[in-house]
Amino acid sequence: MSEERIQLKINGLPVEVAQGTSVAAAILNSGRTSFRQSVDEESRGPVCGMGICFECRVSVNGHPHIRACMTTCEAGMEVITFG
Amino acid sequence: MGKTAKFDVLIIGAGPAGIAAAMAASEPGKCVGLVDENSAPGGQIYRALKGQIQNSISSQIKTLDDRGVIRFDGATVYDAPRPNTLSITKGGEFQTLEYEKLILAVGARELFLPFPGWTLPNVMGVGGLQALVKAGLDVKGKRIVVAGTGPLLLAVGDFLKKYGAEVLAIAEQAPIVNLLRFSTNLLSFSSKIGQGISLIGSVGTKIRPGTWVASASGTRALNSVILSNGKTTQELECDYLACAYGFVPNLELPLLLGCAVEDGFVQVDSTQQTSVQNVYCAGEPTGIGGIDLSTLEGTIAGYFANQNDCPTLVLKARDRWKLFSKKLDATFALRTELKELASPDTVVCRCEDVRMSQLVGWESSRAAKLQTRCGMGACQGRICGPATRFLLNWEHGTVRPPLIPVPLAGLETRTSAVIEQPEN
Ligand SMILES: Cc1cc2nc3c(=O)[nH]c(=O)nc-3n(C[C@H](O)[C@H](O)[C@H](O)COP(=O)(O)OP(=O)(O)OC[C@H]3O[C@@H](n4cnc5c(N)ncnc54)[C@H](O)[C@@H]3O)c2cc1C
Ligand code: FES
Repeated sequence: MSEERIQLKINGLPVEVAQGTSVAAAILNSGRTSFRQSVDEESRGPVCGMGICFECRVSVNGHPHIRACMTTCEAGMEVITFG
Repeated sequence: MGKTAKFDVLIIGAGPAGIAAAMAASEPGKCVGLVDENSAPGGQIYRALKGQIQNSISSQIKTLDDRGVIRFDGATVYDAPRPNTLSITKGGEFQTLEYEKLILAVGARELFLPFPGWTLPNVMGVGGLQALVKAGLDVKGKRIVVAGTGPLLLAVGDFLKKYGAEVLAIAEQAPIVNLLRFSTNLLSFSSKIGQGISLIGSVGTKIRPGTWVASASGTRALNSVILSNGKTTQELECDYLACAYGFVPNLELPLLLGCAVEDGFVQVDSTQQTSVQNVYCAGEPTGIGGIDLSTLEGTIAGYFANQNDCPTLVLKARDRWKLFSKKLDATFALRTELKELASPDTVVCRCEDVRMSQLVGWESSRAAKLQTRCGMGACQGRICGPATRFLLNWEHGTVRPPLIPVPLAGLETRTSAVIEQPEN
């Protein structure tokens, strides 16, 4: 498995991850637990890990409501969480 | 992506069932397509590791590529706008695929049941946490409680340990008598014995039969869980809770296509054909049976969809593994205590924050949906639907396109249908 590293930004801060890492894993690895705020403003994070629950939604490169668990990190990506 | 592509055999889902179907259906001169919403083929069990196809299936995938099978990795089927036509979306683009024969190998998802604290960040599914680790989540040194039911708990406990996590406990709700009876049954399924023994050797001491998670707590994220066996409770501080109560099939696409479903599973004949002509179904949606049964069913569907006969040996093996599947169901049947865990203010529908107290008294999911928005959020009831079925005996909700939220541009190909765009 290649262990090439890539750089992206989470909430404006630089983060480095191994190639192939999902955005959800990158966010959790960076120490953040809250991905989005629920209707009642509770913090939520990934549950199913496979694109079903929609709890891991974040903004990626300005596109809102992207499932972080189904998105692979790319160099220069800008990820914003709502915690 | 281009506009329309035509296939002799189109397969949705590239897990063990879909891959086996593609192997059996592909031959020179046939146009076969294989669609999966994950970025690489493999399905749940052979989920790609940091985007790389797992070794155990790489030679099969190479064979499929060599045979000219067209793969649509990272593409989700979200609609069936016309007969023999599906719409897919990938990276914000849309395409329609036409087929002569369709094989649905869309797998299953985990069953999540609400308990106080289950919505806290870092409370996840069992396969859910495993999938995140496969996608690069670092669990080294993390304290993890694994809970719920089924053989996956042991497999994932062992998996997490190998990735350096400290597995504090594996709370299996099934009583010990069921587990012992099941181990005896395993003896007649030789391929499972070795696996069972090695898992017990790895994480056996952590197993707590007849135990479940009563609640989880924490302020901004999970801090601790309370385990209960009905008599005593114990609090464990942990970083992650991986909790799921077995699997429920992904029925959305089969239902959208009009396939008959009974007792929660897609009905198929001995060739794996559904009630809709030329639409086949293989793997978990026809009954939860694990990788062996999924592979056999995929092979059978692939042969028949390609109008070839299937070797009798394969048909017989399928019937034998169906027995195994029945034993699984009996062993890991859910105890009634799990219906009582949610308190009145526990969220049941996570998308719309509908709480337990709001759901009591409605006769059906339809009535509750209209009054409370339960099941109307982004996941379209995929999480709360199976939960309310277990908790409140509600029937299956109906399915409407699009199967996942898509921008309006993706719906242009559809001429007539009531489109209920879920709120994000
Ligand atoms: C989260 C999870 C983890 C699991 N882990 C294990 C494990 O470690 N060991 C084990 O023995 N079993 C595991 N299982 C059980 C698993 O269901 C079976 O072992 C096996 O993977 C079933 O094979 P399948 O081909 O029937 O389905 P799956 O492997 O689930 O494959 C179905 C595929 O269909 C795709 N799909 C579904 N809907 C669409 C759509 N609309 N558009 C495009 N693609 C779609 C999915 O992305 C998926 O890749 C797990 C199950 C789950 C849900
Ligand atoms: S974790 Fe469930 S959709 Fe991403």
